[in-house]
Amino acid sequence: MTQQTENNHAASQPRPTPARFSHIALAHGGGGQLTDVLLNQIVMPRLNNPALSQLLDSGMIPGGRFALTIDSYVVQPLFFPGGDIGRLAVSGTVNDLAVCGAHPQALALSMIMAEGLERKVLERVLDSVAATADEAGVRIITGDTKVVGHGQADGIYLTTAGIGELTGLPVPHPDHVAPGDVLIINGPIGDHGLTVMLAREMPEVESVLRSDVAPLHCLIERLRSVAEIMFMRDPTRGGLAGLAADLAARTGWRINLEENQIPVRPEAKHAADMLGLDPLEIANEGKVVVVVRPGEAAAVLEAMKRHPSGRDAKIIGSVTAEKDGICVLHTSIGGWRVLQKPYGEQLPRIC
Amino acid sequence: MISTDQSAEKLLERLRVAAQAVKEDIAFMEVCGTHTTSAFRCGLPTVMPPTVRLISGPGCPACVTSQGDIDRLIDLGSRQDVILCTYGDMLRVPGRRGNLETARTQGRRIEVVYSSMDALKRAVNEPDQQVVFAAVGFETTAPATAAAVCEAQRQNVRNFSVLASHKRIIPAMRALLTDDEIPSINGFLCPGHVSVIIGSEIYRPIVDEFHVSCVIGGFEPTQLISSLLCLTELVLNRQTALINQYREAVRPEGNPRALALLAEVFEPGDARWRGMGIIPESGLVLRNKYRHFDAVQRFELSEPDEHEPPGCICGKVISGAALPVQCKLFGRACTPISPIGPCMVSSEGTCSAWFKYGRSGHLNLTCTHANEPQEVQT
Repeated sequence: MTQQTENNHAASQPRPTPARFSHIALAHGGGGQLTDVLLNQIVMPRLNNPALSQLLDSGMIPGGRFALTIDSYVVQPLFFPGGDIGRLAVSGTVNDLAVCGAHPQALALSMIMAEGLERKVLERVLDSVAATADEAGVRIITGDTKVVGHGQADGIYLTTAGIGELTGLPVPHPDHVAPGDVLIINGPIGDHGLTVMLAREMPEVESVLRSDVAPLHCLIERLRSVAEIMFMRDPTRGGLAGLAADLAARTGWRINLEENQIPVRPEAKHAADMLGLDPLEIANEGKVVVVVRPGEAAAVLEAMKRHPSGRDAKIIGSVTAEKDGICVLHTSIGGWRVLQKPYGEQLPRIC
Repeated sequence: MISTDQSAEKLLERLRVAAQAVKEDIAFMEVCGTHTTSAFRCGLPTVMPPTVRLISGPGCPACVTSQGDIDRLIDLGSRQDVILCTYGDMLRVPGRRGNLETARTQGRRIEVVYSSMDALKRAVNEPDQQVVFAAVGFETTAPATAAAVCEAQRQNVRNFSVLASHKRIIPAMRALLTDDEIPSINGFLCPGHVSVIIGSEIYRPIVDEFHVSCVIGGFEPTQLISSLLCLTELVLNRQTALINQYREAVRPEGNPRALALLAEVFEPGDARWRGMGIIPESGLVLRNKYRHFDAVQRFELSEPDEHEPPGCICGKVISGAALPVQCKLFGRACTPISPIGPCMVSSEGTCSAWFKYGRSGHLNLTCTHANEPQEVQT
């Protein structure tokens, strides 16, 4: 397989034409290939600087002591099995800090509400923000509220920014990844995106699926005390496929994933089949993929399994020395296929 | 019938042994786009015996829809007075004047729905708006369209209509078998989902008349491999037969309720297919008593102008006459992010599967079969 793949790569890689666009489409927000187009064509040429150009989940504040991140939440419905927009807004931002090696210090919260939003809905959302912040051991120290006219926004949108203190350990970064490294995930994929999709598109379908949304910094900090994490990221929009394809492209090495080892609940697989989706491309909110040196994989896996957020952890793949920058999925029947970043439109408003 | 209670590994080994015993190259056509995608997703092309070739057929709904029908759909979606409800797959299919996604970015109301009933619900909830359901697909989705039309009739919903380009699979298979341009095949892997509706016995006249085997298969890797093994063993034993390898879902007579609903609302009519022209009786048109739900009539749409995007060979790809890599646009001007033909954008499209799962140059499916293919000109 390797032989064939490499020969063909050398032969003729067609050069795709970059897509120009005149208006923003939903797919530009999907965290997939079209989000990259948006960043590369519009954002980076205007705002680029050494910190932003790293395109990590958090930016490093010059001086090397703190990391800063921000994220907006437009999920619909606001409440879904296993979570809600408030829990999402705290967890997502805490996790974006944690995967960059920063301990969350404080959050800022901005709310954009539509005229007519029910008071009890707002109270329920903020109760959830407070409870999740408590769970994560972080406080909301500043914020903002805005109201727009009826119909000019859908219920409520939240934005959270977070600041985290870097711990002195090396900041996990794609540049640290090397052939031989091992990829580990802390549990089954697809639960969050599929739960939200089912709640929105097929509310009549009863499912035991629940969103996995949770703050992960305790798990991550535990893992960092066991071994050096070369790189880590939470497979949110774009799913595991997006994460792995991105990592392969950025490191230039090949990432190999073993389909048989990737945990997917049977009910998630069933829901994905019903919606015509691939679990590998679906957003997660309580999952993290860590990349470690092969000698430390067993210890990290063990530490994950001992933590409540990592009981179903698995080693799912490895980095190999082929310099083609692609992600190859070795399938359950002994075959293989390329795993690409999804285009982007599949699941609007999932987080 | 071959049991699927064996491991994929074991079934593959049996397939290799059978293919070797045949002593010549053989080709099967998978009629259904979901089979194409399922095969790629499990990496089947990388473990198939080199002498067995899978040719993708006309089973992707967005891909077989004629360009004129697609243009008409996009034109309708671009009107200010219409809410167009569509399956997600049609959103980015390119037309002569942009696609539905671009129409939506310009403020038009294009709503992605998972079922025809969602479109009807929209019409009921917004009685002041004209809601059009873009009804594409084979006998799999057509009964749902029929159900929505019946319900609209029952509730007397006057602002609901359908722009129907439903297709029937059997006339298309017949057309392929009589077309000289299509490579000869040793058997059909028949669609699983469509057969749930139309049943297995409906393929028997094709087997008898054209002496070609039809095997109905499921979509899991072991189901796919066992169906191919079944087809290969038939070639080896010099037999032609109709075999239902998907008995857990497909009955000989199909789904009588769905078929009755189809017959109540639709009647067979001639339909235009991309690249295959007009195939007699291959479409489904609304019966007279439901004709007032036809968007063509309601909006007085004129007969569409037929054309193909310049350079695009999707028409040849869907009929098995060409491979995606034989198109000079494939992976260069035409990619999932900027598609020129529907086969590159539909989730069931052959070009999309080749590009997405093989990433073009990385998974060279062509070198395992016969000679290196040449580019095909339009």
